Amino acid sequence: MGRIVLDQVSKRFGDVEVIPPLDLTIEDGEFAVFVGPSGCGKSTLLRMIAGLENLTSGGIAIDGMDMTEVPPSKRGLAMVFQSYALYPHMTVRKNIGFPLRMEKMDQAEIDKRVETAARSLNLMDYLDRKPGQLSGGQRQRVAIGRAIVRDPSAFLFDEPLSNLDAALRVGMRLEISEMHERMQTTMIYVTHDQVEAMTMADKIVVLQAGVIEQVGSPLDLYHKPQNVFVAGFIGSPKMNLFTGPEAEKHGAHTIGIRPEHTEVSMTAGQWEGRVGVAEHLGSDTFIHVHDTGLADMVTVRITGDISVKHGDTIYLTPQANQIHKFGAQGLRIE
Amino acid sequence: MPIVAQTSKFSTFGRPVLAWGVGLLFFFPIFWMVLTSFKTDADAVKPENLVFFTPTLENYFNMVENYDYWRFARNSIITAVSATIFTLFVSIPAAYSMAFNPSRATKDILMWMLSTKMLPAAAVLYPMIFLAKGIGLYDTHILIITVLSLINLPIAIWMLFTYFKEIPRDIIEAGKMDGVNTWGEIKEILIPLAWGGIASTALLVFIFCWNEAYWTVRLTTIDAATLSKLIEGNRAPEGLFFGRLSAVSTAAVGPIVVLGWFCQKQLVQGLTFGAVK
Repeated sequence: MGRIVLDQVSKRFGDVEVIPPLDLTIEDGEFAVFVGPSGCGKSTLLRMIAGLENLTSGGIAIDGMDMTEVPPSKRGLAMVFQSYALYPHMTVRKNIGFPLRMEKMDQAEIDKRVETAARSLNLMDYLDRKPGQLSGGQRQRVAIGRAIVRDPSAFLFDEPLSNLDAALRVGMRLEISEMHERMQTTMIYVTHDQVEAMTMADKIVVLQAGVIEQVGSPLDLYHKPQNVFVAGFIGSPKMNLFTGPEAEKHGAHTIGIRPEHTEVSMTAGQWEGRVGVAEHLGSDTFIHVHDTGLADMVTVRITGDISVKHGDTIYLTPQANQIHKFGAQGLRIE
Repeated sequence: MPIVAQTSKFSTFGRPVLAWGVGLLFFFPIFWMVLTSFKTDADAVKPENLVFFTPTLENYFNMVENYDYWRFARNSIITAVSATIFTLFVSIPAAYSMAFNPSRATKDILMWMLSTKMLPAAAVLYPMIFLAKGIGLYDTHILIITVLSLINLPIAIWMLFTYFKEIPRDIIEAGKMDGVNTWGEIKEILIPLAWGGIASTALLVFIFCWNEAYWTVRLTTIDAATLSKLIEGNRAPEGLFFGRLSAVSTAAVGPIVVLGWFCQKQLVQGLTFGAVK
């Protein structure tokens, strides 16, 4: 069980309001991702749920119990830190078993649980090593092991993959997703990487300057961004956003079109421009187009390879039903 | 090029010579003290017996038999060990709290603690003596342990604070998430991780307590008198007996020099810790 309800939660550091009062519910078993640019308050929010940061106002309930004043050790949550935060003076076995030892669990039971966790994380060969003798990926596995042995009501992840190299990051991302599928335990995951958010989440919470911009499933956010910020933040490459005459034609202050929703032609189309850089990924090609008169740069994404070079004239046509329209306040217009 | 050559010549020959020179300069008084302790009082003041003399253990026998050396030594051990333990007992939680739960006042409190070291001891000498006598603690172990602890607390807290600051906050927070209470954080995480720092702080405090003379001489007569008092007590109206005095001094500083020698690596690390990040 792990239903987490934030009720008018806010945080101030001195005179700075980091998080204005916000409400949020994370359902039992849900994989929620807090995503936003650095400094948006997502880690602070996670630390407030963990109990590592006091609330300035509001309340937090876990499974219907008020946890606002409960110390972190008594909330039944487990956390995985960006820096792994392993105990350097303990072996892997001791690190993973530490929370159980703190619960005064029977040593035989601790050993059993540690081995089960270690086996599922491929750490059996490293149980008697110290964290200093492990690679980054192995350390992160130990940190995850330390979290899962306790059978917590929810897992909190604070940018757990940021210190890993790209290849390892993709692997660990999958492992965490699979772990969630298997355990069906509530997980709250903080990241600044919208790809992680899109691939892992049941529910994404997009934050900016402490304010929730939108809450929804990854595809909700992709297809129906509620405002310009979410439109620009979710999706890679970024959505192209235009203001001015082109937007006014659609009765909007700003319009947005995703790179993959634009047709490309070398002969004719709605917008004319010149190729700046073409990035060939094999499966896709990203073309960055200049001099369209719409914005400094328009990015388009084409499946497969296309041979264009710098300076070529190119024509772009947006798919009419894929144009997102936003009003003067930045809010979506249907 | 010539400059490079000169520098390397200096580091090959000059630097060791300089280091040995400085080392010997500092070592000489100790050497002289030990040497003098094996001379009779008469030999000790004779210029012709400066280096060549017939060594004798007379001063040491005299010290043990007539001056009750072991009682002073026992008092020194009791007060220095207890004061060190008590100091750590108070300073570890204090430094922990300031390092991991700092408030707006933390910096000011640290400065205030340091400022107490700026007070000249002489300024509170008579109040301290009257107070000690008034509450009936004059010349007791309790009093000396308390005074030694209090005068060493600021430096101990400062040193430990510096060490604890180096421990990543995440590790302490991971402990909190893993169900550890405050005492558990100190016992299970902080002390094992800062073991080197705590050991060098303890060592330094112990040395300061052992060598302390201003208060131990003035707040004791006989029951709680330490080795510092024994040295001080070797003044006589007829003058100083250098042989005897040297023997007492050697026996007083001996244990701490030996201890310091064995722990020098730890000590140097402790004193320079945090100087370079």
